Amino acid sequence: MKIGIYPGCSLEGSARDYNQSVFELAKAFDIEPVQIPDWNCCGATAAHNLNKELSLALPARILALAEKHGLDEILVPCAACYSRLMVTQHELQKHPELKNRICEVLEMDYKGNSKIINVIEWIDKYIIPKLEEKVKKPFNYKVANYYGCLLVRPNKVLNYDRVEDPQTMDIVMNKIGATSIDFAYKTECCGAGLSISRTDIVSKLSGKIIEDAEHRGADAIIVACPMCHSNLDMRRADINKYWDKDFKIPVIFVTQAIGLAIGLTPEQVGFNRHFVDVKIS
Amino acid sequence: MSHSDHHIERNSLAAKVEKEVEVKAQKCYQCGKCSAGCPVAEDMDFPPSMVLRMLQTELPANDEKILKSHSIWLCVTCEMCLSRCPMEIDIPSMMDFLRQKSRSEGKENPKAKNIIAFHKSFLKSIKNTGRLYELGLILDYKRQSLNMTQDMALGPKMLSRGKLHIFPEKIKDRAHIAKIFKKTSK
Ligand code: SF4
Ligand code: SF4
Repeated sequence: MKIGIYPGCSLEGSARDYNQSVFELAKAFDIEPVQIPDWNCCGATAAHNLNKELSLALPARILALAEKHGLDEILVPCAACYSRLMVTQHELQKHPELKNRICEVLEMDYKGNSKIINVIEWIDKYIIPKLEEKVKKPFNYKVANYYGCLLVRPNKVLNYDRVEDPQTMDIVMNKIGATSIDFAYKTECCGAGLSISRTDIVSKLSGKIIEDAEHRGADAIIVACPMCHSNLDMRRADINKYWDKDFKIPVIFVTQAIGLAIGLTPEQVGFNRHFVDVKIS
Repeated sequence: MSHSDHHIERNSLAAKVEKEVEVKAQKCYQCGKCSAGCPVAEDMDFPPSMVLRMLQTELPANDEKILKSHSIWLCVTCEMCLSRCPMEIDIPSMMDFLRQKSRSEGKENPKAKNIIAFHKSFLKSIKNTGRLYELGLILDYKRQSLNMTQDMALGPKMLSRGKLHIFPEKIKDRAHIAKIFKKTSK
């Protein structure tokens, strides 16, 4: 079966481990993700900070291309891209005059009917129904499921899960044998895009999330966003220095955990690319 | 956009926020929930509820302080404030508007220099190639922020883990991206 996919820039770069695990998982479940031809960057935080029209036009180009190529369901594994695409679709639907203006900028048609789904929704719809027969190695670990901001908020637009105490990832993880623990920082922000310009703030915020997860005895933090992953994993040295601690808890993408459970190797899911050692296999 | 312009014309920042992003600052009753949940409030010069209070006064001096504040650049659009606000005040959209206003009036807070430099480098990368070129972004940002030594250890580690492209990924229709940038630049 085929499904549209918008990988976004980070999955092709700093989040290659995530990309790898998404595609390996798809393969194991006979799903063929088709990239939106000639996709561009969604503009991320920079565009909406500096230029509203641009922040809508860039995602709209992606959605218009998907429409043009008949991809009516699009998987967006990056929570940040997912949020930008969803917000754009919502804004243009709500404001027809804005939609006209954006179509004029793009010189393309845009209807806005594509179904945009995040990685958890994708797992829920296409992986879970066939998961039981495929699980070879139950993921017997205690996990802190970290949703961050962009999977759940703004809840009026995403309409995805309970905004303060979401459950979808917890349920998915329990299905592969994990124990999802109670965790106070489920939806607290990791510092988002300030990683390079204000490393201190990211270290402070991400450190609090990590400390709570470790303190409650989690074996791993589970994420579904490359930005959360890079803040919690790639920035670990800065975090440890800022807090004068030696946090060792690994940060794993939800797709990597499922991959292991169905028998993929740690290399296949990309653990060798992490900064913080993953002793789980 | 706004349907409430029947009263005397106001020229305050609050009136502009109302017109451009349909956020009515006057609806805020200062419960403080937004500031309590805001992850960066303690690093801000004015926490979000204070920005709203200042807007409500409609005093030119306060408008000026907001546009020159560090707060508007520290906001990371995590949307926590909006999800908790009992009046559903869309602070994140308001912050987007205030940042753009601050920039168009040349009032950017000097302490936000690196944050703004980072956003600019990011957009430059997309403009050139259609996608984000992480290595190029880091180098361009370093040049702009003059912070040459920061993250020296990160680059080689990323490279060894296959997380950094040496060369940019370019999309085919770069002319289209260039056109989009041109048409949306004010
Ligand atoms: S949460 Fe809403 S009503 Fe309360 S202070 Fe903040 S903006 Fe005002
Ligand atoms: S969106 Fe901005 S102002 Fe609102 S809670 Fe997040 S960082 Fe604070």
